[in-house]
Amino acid sequence: MGVMALGSTPGFEVWWMGDAGVGLGRGSGAADSPPGRWGRGGGTRSQPLRNPPIRPPQDDNWGETTTVVTGTSEHSISHDDITRITKDMEDSAHLDCSRHLGVSLAGALALLAFLTPLAFMLLPQLLWREELEPCGTPCEGLFISVAFKLLILLLGSWALFFRRPKAFFPRIFVFRALLMVLVFLLVVSYWLFYGVRILDSRDRNYQGVVQYAVSLVDALLFVHYLAVVLLELRQLQPQFTLKAVRSADGASRFYNVGHLSIQRAAVWILENYYHDFPVYNPALLNLPKSVLSKKMSGFKVYSLGEENTTNNSTGQSRAVIAAAARRRDNSHNEYYYEEAEHERRVRKRRARLVVAVEEAFTHIKRLQEDDQKNPREIMDPREAAQAIFASMARAMQKYLRTTKQQPYHTMESILQHLEFCITHDMTPKVRRGHGEVGRVSGGLPKGLVRRAFLERYLMAGPTIQYHKDRWLAKQWTLVSEEPVTNGLKDGVVFVLKRQDFSLVVSTKKIPFFKLSEEFVDPKSHKFVMRLQSETSV
Amino acid sequence: MSETHLRFLPVITIYFISFSFQQRIEIHKLRQGDNLILGFSIGGGIDQDPTQNPFSEDKTDKGIYVTRVTEGGPAEVAGLQIGDKIMQVNGWDMTMVTHDQARKRLTKRNEEVVRLLVTRQSLQKAVQQSMMS
Repeated sequence: MGVMALGSTPGFEVWWMGDAGVGLGRGSGAADSPPGRWGRGGGTRSQPLRNPPIRPPQDDNWGETTTVVTGTSEHSISHDDITRITKDMEDSAHLDCSRHLGVSLAGALALLAFLTPLAFMLLPQLLWREELEPCGTPCEGLFISVAFKLLILLLGSWALFFRRPKAFFPRIFVFRALLMVLVFLLVVSYWLFYGVRILDSRDRNYQGVVQYAVSLVDALLFVHYLAVVLLELRQLQPQFTLKAVRSADGASRFYNVGHLSIQRAAVWILENYYHDFPVYNPALLNLPKSVLSKKMSGFKVYSLGEENTTNNSTGQSRAVIAAAARRRDNSHNEYYYEEAEHERRVRKRRARLVVAVEEAFTHIKRLQEDDQKNPREIMDPREAAQAIFASMARAMQKYLRTTKQQPYHTMESILQHLEFCITHDMTPKVRRGHGEVGRVSGGLPKGLVRRAFLERYLMAGPTIQYHKDRWLAKQWTLVSEEPVTNGLKDGVVFVLKRQDFSLVVSTKKIPFFKLSEEFVDPKSHKFVMRLQSETSV
Repeated sequence: MSETHLRFLPVITIYFISFSFQQRIEIHKLRQGDNLILGFSIGGGIDQDPTQNPFSEDKTDKGIYVTRVTEGGPAEVAGLQIGDKIMQVNGWDMTMVTHDQARKRLTKRNEEVVRLLVTRQSLQKAVQQSMMS
């Protein structure tokens, strides 16, 4: 996280971290208003903070009161604290004028477009009612059609546009802007003609006016069709294959997408990241210390004779690297044995865990309808979970510790998961059995419950499976050499960065397949025995 | 289908010399009417079933073997024996050919003389015995 103030008041810490957090969360090329620089303007924006900040006297002095994060200080504040603090800062409401501006503008335009046909039809009635020619059945037919078309337009707009945005994009969405401009021009031109031809001249032909209004509604429906095609349909047919690689540990996936802009493709990748990639566990990444310690043990470089050392530094380092490579070191051996030992340990703990869980699940059984049981003995799933948790807690804890997963599972979460499994694999009420080992009455076989319960802990699941705190969904930054509203093309590379790792995404065009046809006559399948044939020459 | 030509001859010879002994046999074709005949029959090939070969020691060997030698024919005169494995014909490799390709290489109409490189088990045994003693 860079520089951090240690040993100062929590309020100050919160204040300072917020600045850095916001700065990181914005990323490249933010088109909206600059992130709030708290403390600079003396509080023109009021941000509801949890702790009111104790502002230091001047901002220029913060350099003296902060300390640079070294290796030791990074460990003294755990990763959890950092993420929690930044998350709090970003949750606190950050008024984003440009986004709300965009949404309100679109809403106003839509309302205008919707009400315009009604206005077209009502104005002659209001202004020069007496002079209008009577218009019988055709007008009524037109009224009905206008009503239904407007209703369809309303429903279609609701389906297409009135959705919670799933992401905040750094730049405007080109197609939406285009559509808004189109609608605006359409409505304005209709009003122009209306004003000149009908209002000024007080046209008497009411049917013509109504038909004019109907034509506007038709045009709006076609614009809506265009919106459907541009926003929804165009990206459906796959055109590109995106490869997303996580920089920290190399996990990679391939995805097929259609024509999208870079920012939309980035959001698409993120949506898939959360359910495809195994959760990022920094503890699993490092080689054991014993292996690495010998690596950089020294070579000293002595230069004999020549005093010209100015341009020798690269030469020296190259010599050191070459010597280190040539030296016979057995660290690969140690790595291998360390890995094998770790595997063995994990398997042993896993076996203990599986046995403990199986043992625990035999202690409860479903309540049958005809059982005559003391109401005191009947438990709901939560109590049942608590009852059997104790017997497996130790084995579970040891296993999680060995696989370095213990930050991801709190006791509460394990209990909840246990309760969930019990609820969904047996009926709600369970009875406390007294050592009824091996007798299962009804429901799914115990083995299934055990496996389903354990599945979550035996394998590292995708990020979305864990608690919301682990998601850190607001921290992604899009880094790209091309403007992010450009469409995807072959060879485009962009990076989705987060504090501790990044996702590198590269694009490749799906190849053009040339399929040729070959007709095989079903009667042409003939076979012969393989014999030793003899030919005389 | 790779066809080794004379320039690969030393390589193959060196490779095989460590395992077997080879003999060169020169057959002059006999004209009989419109045909040039050699006077023996061949069997084997990569498209044939090697397990039915009575002459090969290794039943996965798909090489070309001599299955019959006609009495008094040019092959017998030149010293070809039944059970020989033909390695090369005029420099063309015969260890990885189909049966029909082998036949074609032996019966080229414009060649009067074929020079074969053959190997036979009796020779191998003799060499092994002489090496061991």
